[in-house]
Amino acid sequence: MSIRWQDYPNEGLYDELINERKNPRKPAKRLANYLAKMGSEELQQRRQLADSNVQDMGVSFTVYTDEGNIDRAWPFDIIPRIIPAKEWEQVANGLKQRLRALNMFINDLYHGQEIIKDGVVPAYLIEKSKNFRPECIGVKPAFSVWAHICGSDLVRDANGQMYVLEDNLRVPSGVSYMLENRAITKRVLPEVFSRENVLPVDDYPSQLFDTLAALSPRRVKQPEIVVLTPGIFNSAYFEHAFLAQQMGAELVEGSDLMVDTDDCVYMRTIKGRERVDVIYRRIDDMFIDPEAFNKDSMLGVPGLIRAWKKGNVALANAPGAGVADDKVIYAYVPKIIEYYLGESALIPNVETYLCNDAEQRDYVLKNLDKLVVKPANESGGYGMLVGPHSTKKDQDTFATLIKKNPRNYIAQPTLSLSTAPTLVDGGVLEPRHMDLRPFILQSRGLYCTTGGLTRVAMVKGSLVVNSSQGGGSKDTWIVDTEGK
Amino acid sequence: MLSRVAERLYWAARYLERAENTARLVSVYDNLLYDLPAGMVEISWFNLISLNSSAEEFTKRYKVQNERNVVKFLLQDEKHLGSLSASVRYVRENFRTSRDVIPPSAWEQINELNIYVSKNAKTALARNGRHDFLSEVIERSQSLNGLLTGTLMRDEAWEFIMLGRFIERADMTTRILDAGAAVLENSEAFAHSNPAQVIWGNVLRSQGAYMSYRRAIKSIVRGSDVAEFLLYDTHIPRSVTFCSDQINQAATKLAQDSGKKQPPKMKLPRFEIEKEEDLGADFRNYLNDLQLSIGETHNHICNTWFARD
Repeated sequence: MSIRWQDYPNEGLYDELINERKNPRKPAKRLANYLAKMGSEELQQRRQLADSNVQDMGVSFTVYTDEGNIDRAWPFDIIPRIIPAKEWEQVANGLKQRLRALNMFINDLYHGQEIIKDGVVPAYLIEKSKNFRPECIGVKPAFSVWAHICGSDLVRDANGQMYVLEDNLRVPSGVSYMLENRAITKRVLPEVFSRENVLPVDDYPSQLFDTLAALSPRRVKQPEIVVLTPGIFNSAYFEHAFLAQQMGAELVEGSDLMVDTDDCVYMRTIKGRERVDVIYRRIDDMFIDPEAFNKDSMLGVPGLIRAWKKGNVALANAPGAGVADDKVIYAYVPKIIEYYLGESALIPNVETYLCNDAEQRDYVLKNLDKLVVKPANESGGYGMLVGPHSTKKDQDTFATLIKKNPRNYIAQPTLSLSTAPTLVDGGVLEPRHMDLRPFILQSRGLYCTTGGLTRVAMVKGSLVVNSSQGGGSKDTWIVDTEGK
Repeated sequence: MLSRVAERLYWAARYLERAENTARLVSVYDNLLYDLPAGMVEISWFNLISLNSSAEEFTKRYKVQNERNVVKFLLQDEKHLGSLSASVRYVRENFRTSRDVIPPSAWEQINELNIYVSKNAKTALARNGRHDFLSEVIERSQSLNGLLTGTLMRDEAWEFIMLGRFIERADMTTRILDAGAAVLENSEAFAHSNPAQVIWGNVLRSQGAYMSYRRAIKSIVRGSDVAEFLLYDTHIPRSVTFCSDQINQAATKLAQDSGKKQPPKMKLPRFEIEKEEDLGADFRNYLNDLQLSIGETHNHICNTWFARD
């Protein structure tokens, strides 16, 4: 059975591939025609091929459940999402601009706090931030950069406008899936792929390597770079191992490292101890060093913060960088960009109401059924209220929570996220909502991935894209329609 | 190289070898069923359990010591840490935690093998599906070993894989010889046929060594010659001597590279085998001593390279 785009139910939605007149958008034309010809039986066969590839490639993520941790196959939808290269160039510039400003902001917070003295950001935000680390005051990381790896979530609303929804500056994950999605697509839709001018994504590991190598405190030819993982039970373990392998770096756990009396970090090898220069840590601040933070942490390395403060080892991301991915700080990012760079933000923020402000809080409490309420410091989509999909009881619970701790909550209008055709049961293509997480790197230079990880809410009408909550993913094609 | 990664590679190689050799071990008995005339010899499948020193574990979970249960225990039982499917799963787990040093295609192959075993191990419980399953596992293990041999850099990672592979292989070769000796012990009361030739022939075939034996020994299959061959021949890649030579080479190289003065060295006590009758109880005790000596070498390897301070 062939597919007719005229039957595609995208009414009232912004679809990334099919426009409101139900014609394929220009960069998606070839793909859409090909899919239409292919038909639903063939598409279902391709999906099976993708599923078995995911299993063979061992692409998985770990889900925490009551019965223990389950290693689950990565949910992948074979229909790619397409963004024109010209649009992407602008988005990438906007993301780089954002990270540059955020790093200046973090550095300022741990030094002169000029931005607070100038009254641009209120002092209480920092004083009450869960992710501000007084231990980091005065530390001078290389290039004054604290967040070396940033994953920002982008969404497009019903009008086609792209917004930044949040910035992840602590331990953002997902980039390995972006790379694996591309590898799977090449195997599953080879004939489509070879005819399109899709920009490659696979230079990320070398860019990450260069970003990290530039941080080495020792001026040596081959700095020792390690990826520090909490271990096999972490939900992103697959990614930690993947990135270490792709970069040719050691994958270490806390117990493989030690800090000696010279305040340098060493790893335990078959030859004895070897000095470590750069640690790409995928452990949260609070668990990274039992000596400095959480004393009960079994994951960290005692003395690591000491070594870092002395400048004997580089940590990426630097401890304390998370202060800027607080969702309340998010509301100030456009002002932060203006303050440090004298430029206006290239990508707009989603309108955000701060519950700490009496007037805005009143508005939020009166409109809980329309808004999305988020706690300031959670990730993975936990602890959220999606107004239009919530019960009166949920709304009352959140009203109480907000009144009790207004600083900890923000609210945003419920966006109608953009969609793209997604293969559902019966070989039918239906629109599903999605977001996009590109990754931005900064040390000596700046880099932004070509596209990013597209996450899809596989359930009809749902806006929750997190893999821990039933989300799937798609390959993201940045297509150059001018070049060819 | 991290001590932890070295240890995981060592174990990955051991488990891969164990999976393959468990398949070989079961195939010895499987083939005997067809080769020995019905009623002539009572093949006790339970031998395979006792010679792996797992009788206690087996009786805890299985009441009947029959073919089906023994095969299930050896091939499919996830709770039995020495079973083929558990071994394959541990290769995968160890690869998964050392993915930064193994080739990506090796990771894919072990995933495929793991999926194959978990889907198909049950088909091997019945005799008609067993042969296909066992030879598929052996082939895929060999293909993974070939991939590592053909692509892995000859650095420490390789040497630890060699150590793991040959420690396990040496151990399993002694157990497969023991499997042969055990059947023979139970089959003294034959009147007019010599099952020895059939039994030792299958032991050789399970080790892929039948043709080599014929070329090297140039005589009929005789138990004493087969035992000598699989224990002491320096050219056949599954003999205990060959394995111990490989272990000593890898250990010496690793010791040089990592500045250790006393490399682990495997010493093989020798057992005089002249005639068929020498393959009785004393021989089986000797095989047991060999296993202990392999165990000591293993401990020495652990203490030298895997200890954390």
